[in-house]
This record gives sequence, structure tokens and C-alpha cells, in this order.
Amino acid sequence: MIQEIEFTLNGEAVTCAVDVRKSLLEMLREDFSLIGMKEGCSVGECGACSVLIDEQAVDSCIYLAVWVDGKSITTIEGITHTDGSLDNVQQAFIDAGAVQCGFCIPGMIISSSQFIKENPQPSRDEIRRALSGNMCRCTGYQKIIDAVELAVETK
Amino acid sequence: MGTNEVVGHSEQRWDAIAKVKGQAQFTGDFPFKNLLYGKILRSTIAHGRVESYDISEAEKVPGVVKILLPEDLPQNKYSTAGHPWTLIPEKQDIRDRTILTRDVRVYGDDIGAVIAKSELAAIKALEKIKVTYKEYPVYITPQQAMADDARRIHEERDNVLASSKVGFGDVDKSMAEADYIIRENLSTSVQQHVHMENQIAVAYQDADQRWTCVSSTQIPHICRRIIAQAVGVSWSKIRVKKPFIGGGFGNKQDAVVEPLVVAMSMACNGQPVQLALTREESIAYTRTRHAIDYNFAIGVKKDGTITAIDCDVISNQGGYASHGHAIGGKGGTFINAIYKMDSLRYTAKTVYTNIATAGAMRAYGMPQVVFALETVMDDAADKIGMDPIDFRMMNRRPDGFYNAMSNVKQINFKVGECLEKGRKEFEWDKKMAASKQYKTGVKRRGLGVAAFSFGTAVYPFGLEVAGARLILMPDGCFKLMLGSTEIGQGADTALSQMAAEAIGVPFKNIIRDSFTDTDIDPYDTGAYASRQSYVTGFAVKEAAEKIKAKILTRAAKMYDVRTEYIDIIDGNIIYMPDGERLATLEDIAMSSYFDMKDGKTITAYSSVNIHQTTYASGCTLAEVEVDMETGRVKLLSIMNVHDSGKIINPLIANGQVEGGMAMSIGYGLSEGIRYSKEGRPLNNNLLDYKLPTTMDLPKLEHAFVETDDPLGPFGNKSLGENPTVSPAPAIRNAVKNAIGIGINTLPLSPENVYEHIQAQQKGDVQNV
Amino acid sequence: MFDITGYYEAHSLANVFELLKEQPTARIVAGGTDVLVKSRARVTGFVETPLIGISRVAEMKGVIMADDGTINIGALTTFDEIEHNKIINQNMPLLSQAVSLVGGPQTRRMGTIGGNVCNAGPAADSAPALFTYNAVCEICSATTTREVPITEFYIGVGKVKLQPGEVLVKFKITKQNYQGYQGYYIKFAQRAALDIANLSCAALVKVTENKIQDLRICFGAAAATPIRMPAAEAYGLGKEVSNDTLTTIGDYCLQDTKTIADWRASKEYRDHLVTVLPVRALALALKDGE
Repeated sequence: MIQEIEFTLNGEAVTCAVDVRKSLLEMLREDFSLIGMKEGCSVGECGACSVLIDEQAVDSCIYLAVWVDGKSITTIEGITHTDGSLDNVQQAFIDAGAVQCGFCIPGMIISSSQFIKENPQPSRDEIRRALSGNMCRCTGYQKIIDAVELAVETK
Repeated sequence: MGTNEVVGHSEQRWDAIAKVKGQAQFTGDFPFKNLLYGKILRSTIAHGRVESYDISEAEKVPGVVKILLPEDLPQNKYSTAGHPWTLIPEKQDIRDRTILTRDVRVYGDDIGAVIAKSELAAIKALEKIKVTYKEYPVYITPQQAMADDARRIHEERDNVLASSKVGFGDVDKSMAEADYIIRENLSTSVQQHVHMENQIAVAYQDADQRWTCVSSTQIPHICRRIIAQAVGVSWSKIRVKKPFIGGGFGNKQDAVVEPLVVAMSMACNGQPVQLALTREESIAYTRTRHAIDYNFAIGVKKDGTITAIDCDVISNQGGYASHGHAIGGKGGTFINAIYKMDSLRYTAKTVYTNIATAGAMRAYGMPQVVFALETVMDDAADKIGMDPIDFRMMNRRPDGFYNAMSNVKQINFKVGECLEKGRKEFEWDKKMAASKQYKTGVKRRGLGVAAFSFGTAVYPFGLEVAGARLILMPDGCFKLMLGSTEIGQGADTALSQMAAEAIGVPFKNIIRDSFTDTDIDPYDTGAYASRQSYVTGFAVKEAAEKIKAKILTRAAKMYDVRTEYIDIIDGNIIYMPDGERLATLEDIAMSSYFDMKDGKTITAYSSVNIHQTTYASGCTLAEVEVDMETGRVKLLSIMNVHDSGKIINPLIANGQVEGGMAMSIGYGLSEGIRYSKEGRPLNNNLLDYKLPTTMDLPKLEHAFVETDDPLGPFGNKSLGENPTVSPAPAIRNAVKNAIGIGINTLPLSPENVYEHIQAQQKGDVQNV
Repeated sequence: MFDITGYYEAHSLANVFELLKEQPTARIVAGGTDVLVKSRARVTGFVETPLIGISRVAEMKGVIMADDGTINIGALTTFDEIEHNKIINQNMPLLSQAVSLVGGPQTRRMGTIGGNVCNAGPAADSAPALFTYNAVCEICSATTTREVPITEFYIGVGKVKLQPGEVLVKFKITKQNYQGYQGYYIKFAQRAALDIANLSCAALVKVTENKIQDLRICFGAAAATPIRMPAAEAYGLGKEVSNDTLTTIGDYCLQDTKTIADWRASKEYRDHLVTVLPVRALALALKDGE
């Protein structure tokens, strides 16, 4: 039950002989040691496992690994610039005080990155809706929404 | 407080960069070679006994390494509760469980375990184990479990596992002096922590033949003790390492998975075994906030004087004692802390039932008792026609009140200032006047308030030991080693600020570690009771002062000046008479490491036992709109005001307040585990357990009445749990103000509110 | 890992039928937001079975308006695509509004309208809208094509009229079924996102000179399947739009709903909402939303 797939991972062309039973989350964590995405529910409710697939944020826990064949994947590790510097969304999360336990944060940043790209001047309600597939228990979301506003301003 | 002014500034959390990069490693993120996967076989009944297991088919599943039944593991009785140990036997937690059990007391009880080479193999094997049960009656409520003919859930103990009575005065006489007695029944719901990272632990035998458990725990040192007691080895045979934690909120103050995962590794010759709970398991089968029933009476005179409070408490413990009576029994002290009254009676029972075991959850019993107190307070104010804030103001305990029930003099107690500040900043009077236009029709508006008092750490009820170690590094930075636990709340950052402040160096000079390791870090009981910034704060302060003194002594010798003339300011040794810099810290540090003659590294250690506490307080003000047709409550605005002494890091403090408010808004409006009459949890997943999403919360407003608490290590007192206390009752009171119906059961879900509206329209409900 | 026994990916509709022939026990998976969740939950039929993935079948994607004005919605069109599709927004805004309320953004990007219908959950958000637009399901097998009105497509919870070897390919909505209508969808759930409806109501109405020319109401979670309200629709026909009319329409709905009690809501509460939601949905439809 192994299938050979090719895809772009954080800007790099890669191949993987992957067990077809694996979720994308499992493949990224186990086969590529990318541990930034977290599993919080494994059924697509909490959003902690969000990644960008062809620039669209999806839950990688309910996405078959083989589906990425031919696609381009960005994980939280790929949001950080190649020189190691932070993307302005990441910096905004720090500056706004949005980070507490940090378990939801990679998924939040993934969802925010896509949203900001598509919405140059969002309202707070639009930000709330864009992040409504990402759960957080620490923050009450307020500083996370502040962070997205800040990231828009500092873009 | 020093000259460095690091405390009080929003320093960037030291772990923020790692967390936004996805670089922060949580327990599940570490690679282990030859890792095995454990899974728990869970009972499919809530009360009974396993009569037989048939594991023959399960053993055949490829990849299965071991199937464990209760008899295969140590039979030591232990408690999962993360309290500090005590040498007084009668104060020790009730030891009422073994690692696995044939006696089923909750649905999903741990009746067996599978260890396999893959998680999937373990899951498939679980499905193939056949279990037969002898079933007993299931008790969902304390009333059922207390019935005369009810069977004991634990053979050796009555279902009422503890009861207590505290108070003062003559309640009956004081009640007789009241113009009105408001007596109400109230019930709170089974809230669950829903930390984003589920419980997970990995155990293995290390090179020194001892047992290491890497775990997402709030209490590494206590966890070591519980594991050792459960598996039956001496305490030093266990080492607990805590990496980054994805939230805890009290649930990880119980050792729920650690004893089993160590026992699993022991059963597999020390091979590493991982035990990771699913979301469904974490919600249903770990710990919850106690559901508590109150019969609560308040006697009040027409002029607003409270004559007496009489509170009878029945706390639903679930199947195992865990933190037990510490929660239900706690409220009396804090009722006395906040309001004046002639007499108080607080009687409490904690009762075993067959629902999930209740344990510690953020604010530890306070959300429940404050929901009851503030509901009845509000209804009393209504009864005598007084503004609810005025009523609280006139009855509040003054600053400096001596609370005989806790033996605490409440110095710097500022609940009145919180209420006044809230009234002003929330624009209470203006909003109240505006809401009068919305008292008819489909959408009705109202305002509510609730106040609270809150302890800091657990003294005088429990031990408060904490420790800190500082090491001067060659470049003038300091390694700060702590046994306290960063669980996302920002403790490490706040404590690092304290160290920097007390030594006299910039914040960046303090180096922390993502790990807390019981082998390496000083003894500290961990993250609970909003204790660390206070108790560990004292430890950090002491260690910092010690290391500073050592540095100054060395510098004085090196530069031939008297120590009282020099100080450390912003990382430099300053000669105070002329303000000139004598040296950098690095100069001193390098010499301490490498001077041929006098080289001797500089470290400091502290272990403190704090015999004092300080009371914090605060309030919530809320405005709601109620849809009379559907019962839906829309929270229009909400504000928390906190009296928590000096705010160490405003940005982090604000984050704590917002998160706590969100948790209590969920408590008030939507959250709660539901059970079938067979005791099966019905909504143990994130779709059906209604944790608020980004779209379910209004703007979370907050303010502080900031003071320098004279008893705080840096003027600070508790804050972490406090924001979770008063939003739910403020919302309840706002709903009552909007629709004229007091709803005394949580949560105020649309259906609950609708049913109350219907009952009133049919005349079924008597309102106060 | 998902407990599946193989994975086969179709590259065209014809290829789907070939794979179905080779793997007759296989389950079809589109966006995975239902099938993979059920597989995690180890629901019978979703584990220990092969999967045939159809998410790359181009013929089943997208929204097209035919020359006669019939709107064709490919079964694999995602909620997100439908929400933002111009043809849908201009002609069937009730549908785009309904799918905008599905789960969260991640789910809407993966979940498909065909999957939502074939999964046959009583509370599926896309279904009530499709029922009110009188959508027709185009169902293909290797050799046949047939059309079934969506109102006849459901059999019960989790069951639709698909024979082995058949695939739901697209929905067709004729011009007379959308032109001139106003609609609104109310999802009554505990949360504003990531939730399942306790009860949902789509109302589609055509009004001229304040008279109801046509009325269609469909509930989700009011029966084992989405369900239209013939009694209320018949009552409303030809009536003047007034508060009384709308309230009476709401009351008539109780004649056709078959609500049940479960832990999410009591029957009494659902029945009460049955009378409230259509009144609100119609009022909002006639106001062009909020």
C-alpha cells in the first residue's frame, strides 16, 4: 500500500513513497519530520493541523497524503523565510501577544497567511470568520485577531 | 522595586519565536526509536464489574506486543490528584484507584490496555477484546448515589466521600432578623478543560535503569511521586520531564496517563511506550469541573444589610475521588472574604457518582460558588430594589478585614475599587438606562454584574514550597532553573522578569528552558492555584538576591571597593557614589570562570516555604440581548476588572484575562458534558462540546485596579485563574435583568432559556 | 493512519466506473470531510475497505449555466467555490448563503456539495437550499444516466438512491426554479461556526405585488431527511404578505415536520423553532437578508 508521490514542500520539489493510509499530517510529521502542525482532534474540527495546499488552508488530518501528488504544500516551517527571519504574520502574532501555549498557533498563522493575502483590508468580523476553523482555549482569540490586524498593517 | 524596571513591562515571552515558527516541541514531537503505542481498553458501561475478558482474537492482530489486564499491573492504590504530598495521613488524598480496574465506576473506565507497534494495530486489537460485565445501577446525580438503597461505588467508602460544615454566628437567628429571605436552588454544569493538546506521555527505561516519563503535565515533581506510588517504586526511581505543554487548565494537574504509561514500559522491558489520548477520550475520560448543586439562602434587610448566608452544597465527584472535597468544601471562606454578614453557614458534601471524575479546573470551585453567591446576591438586590452594584458596594468587606475562616488578614483587598472602576469604564449607568427601551418585544436587553474574591496559592490549607536556581554564565547572562511549570500562561517569562529585576540586568540576560526536569530542576509543586508568580516569585527573588550578593562581593574584591558602594544596574557594576561603571557583568563572570587564582563559578539556589497569602478580587459587568422566541442569548458587551496587585507583564496578563473570560463565557452560555441515563457521555468531541469559536465571542474588555501588594514578592497577587470566575454569573444576572427570569442552571443555552420563558408564560415558575 | 485496505484515484468519470468495477466494495471519497471523519470514528463501511478518490475528476467540478438558463453544479464543487461563484451568487443566493455556514473555512474548502448530499445527513447545510430550488440529481453509471429530483433522492439517514456502480455527477436547476425568487437560510445551531444545525430552514419565495406567487420551504434536522413543507407551501400560495400570513405559514409547517428529541434538543423545542424559523427566513428573504 505504498504509493510514490511528487509534490512541492515549502518551496522544494520532493518525492515520497507513502503509505496510502496516511493522512497528510502523518506524512509531514513522520516522513518529513515537520512537527510544527499539531493534531488536536484528528477529525477536522480544531484546525491545529492546518497547512496551505496550493495556497488554500485545509486540515491536514483529514486529507489523504496521496492527494498532495502534484500540489504545493506550505507548512508553518515554510512560513518562516528561508534566511530564518520571521514572516510579518509571525512577528505580528508575537507583538500582539497572541501566543500562549502555542499549540494552535501554527494553524492560526497558516489560516491568517492565506486570509491576509486575499483580503488586504479586512474587518474584524471578516478576520473572525476566516479563523473560525481554528480553535484556541488560551486566548479568547482577541489577541489573535489583533495579530491579524497588525499583520495587515505591517504588510 | 530595583532600578531596572523590567517588572511591569510587556517583555516578549521567551518562547514566542519558537511557537510561531512551529519549532516548539511538545511531548508528541520528540522522535523515539522503536516507539510502541499504548491504548486503553475502556468500559462500555458506567457501573459494574468485569466478569471476563476474551483476548484471544486481539492477540492475533499483527503488531500487537502486549495486552494488559488489571491483574498484570501493580495493585497499589493511589490518587491521581496533583496535590503536594503531606505527612499527615488524614490530609492525604483518598487513594481509591489502581492503574487498571475490573471494578467499573465510570463509563470509559480503564479496564485494560493494549501495546502495539502501531497505533492502528492497538486500536484494532482493542475492538477485538470481548468483555462481559456484571452491571450495577448507574448513578448520574448525587441524589441517586445518596439514596438509601444505593450501592457503594467504592466498597470501602460511603458514596458521600466527605462532608464539612463551616461558618460563624447563629444563622437561624440572623435569618429571623432579615426582612426578606431569598432561598434558591442552583446547579452548575460539567465543564471540561479542552486544552488544545490532549493528554500524552512517553515512558522508557533510561541508561541508569530508572524510569523516565516525558509528559504534558502541570506538576512534574508531584507527578513523579504519583507514578512512584502507583507502580510501587521508590520516588527517585522516576524521572519526569515536561516539555512545552499545549494548555492544562487544571486537567493536567492530575496524573491521568502517567502511571499507566510507565507501567506499560515496565511491561515491555523498558522499551519506550507512548500513550496519547484522543480528543474524545480527553473530553470524556479525564477530569472535569465539578457539577455542584446549591441550596443557597441569603437574609437581607430593607436597607440592604445582609444578616445571614446559608449555603448547602452537594458536589458531584464522579467515579473517583481525585481532588475530592477540596473543591466543594472550599466556598465558605470566600463568601466570607467578600461580603459582610452576621452569620454564615456553609455545609458541603462531596458525593461519588458514575459520571466522569471531577478534578481541578481553572479557579478550582470558585466559578461554581460565585455563580451561586452572585445569583442570590443579585436577586436580593432586586428584592429590595437596590442597584446591584450599590448593593455589593455597601456589603463588601473593607480593605484589611481579618477573615477568621482562613486566618488571613485581607490587606490590600480592592473589590470596591473594581466595582467602581467597572461601573465607570463599562458605562454601566448609561447602558442600563439605554437598555430600558428594550424590555418588551422579541429582543430584550439587560445588564448584570458579579464580583468575586480569590486566594493566591493554597496556604494556609496546603504546603507552599518552591525553588529556583540561578547560574551566572561566562557572558553575564543567567540560567534560571525552575521546578515550576510553564503551561502557556507565561509563567517562565514573568519569573524571568522577576529575576532580571532583582539582579539588575536586562530581561534578555535571563535564559529559561522549555523543559522542567525533576532530576535537574529545583523542587516546586507546579502550576495550579495561581501560585507560581507568587510563591515561585519569592523563590526567584531570593535566588536573585543571593546571586547578586555573590557577584557584588566578588566585584568589590576585584575592584577594591566596599560592597555597599556598588550595585548592578542594567547589567553593569556601578560605583554608586559617582555613578561610574566599574565593570560589566561579563567582566565579573569571566573572572569567576577563568581567573587562575580566584576562579570559582557563581550560582545561587533557593527553596522557600511561604506562610502567607494575599486575596485578590474582581468583577464582571455584562450586557446581553435575549431573543424571546428562540431563547438565544447574545452577549453584547462584557468587561472584567481585576484587583491582582502589581501586573508583572501587562501583555501576558491581558492574555490571561481574555482567555479566562472566554472560558467563563462558554461556561455561562454553551459548554457542558451531557450524559445518557446509562452514564455514557454524549458530546465528547469538538463538534458537540460547544467550546466558543472566534465567531462566538464579543470584544473582551478588561481593566486592572493596579496596586503594589505589600505581601507580594513584586507587589503581585493571583491572576491566572481569576478571570474565569465571574463572567458566567454576570451573564446570568444580565439575562434576568433583560427578561425578568432568573435562570439558575448552567449553561444558559437557547433551549434552557426558552424553557424558562415558556414556564413563566405558563405560570410554572415563581420568580424572585 | 486510516484503516483502509487500498486507495485508487480516478482521473476521469470513465475511470471512476472502471475502478468501481474492479473494486466493487470500495467507498467513494471526494473531499474527505465526511468519509475520513467517519473512518476515524471507525464507522462500519468506512474502515477495512478500499477508497476510490474522485477529487481530480474534472467533469464533476464547477458551475455552468446552459443556454436555456439551467444551472449545472458539479457534484465535486466545494462549498467555498459555490459561496463565491458568480452564477450562484446572482441566481441562487440562498444556496451560497447556506453553504457559507458549513463548518469552518477549512471544511468549506474541501467539502463538496455532492458529498454533502450523498452523505445524507439530516442537518446537511446545502440540502434545504437544493430542495427549495427543486434541484435535479444527474446520476451516472458506466452505461446509464438518469435524473432524480433531489426531493426524491433521499431514503433515510445516511441513505440515498444510488445503486452500486452509480455516481452522483451534478445538480441541475432550471431557470423557472430560481428566476424571480428571493430566499433565506437560517441555521439554528449553538455556535456561529464549526457547528451542526439543531434545526435549519430554507425559505424560497416569489412575490409580486405583495402576493405570494410561489413558496418553498425546506427544513434540515426536522426529519430523517431534509423535508419540504407541502401544507405550509399550499397555504401560502396567493396570500398577501403580512405578519399574520408568515406566522400562519410557520404554524402550518408543524403538519409536515417529523422532529425527534435527542440530546441536542427536545422535540418540543424543535417544534417551537419549526414555527419560528420559516417566519424569520421569509421576512429576511423579502428584505434581501439582514
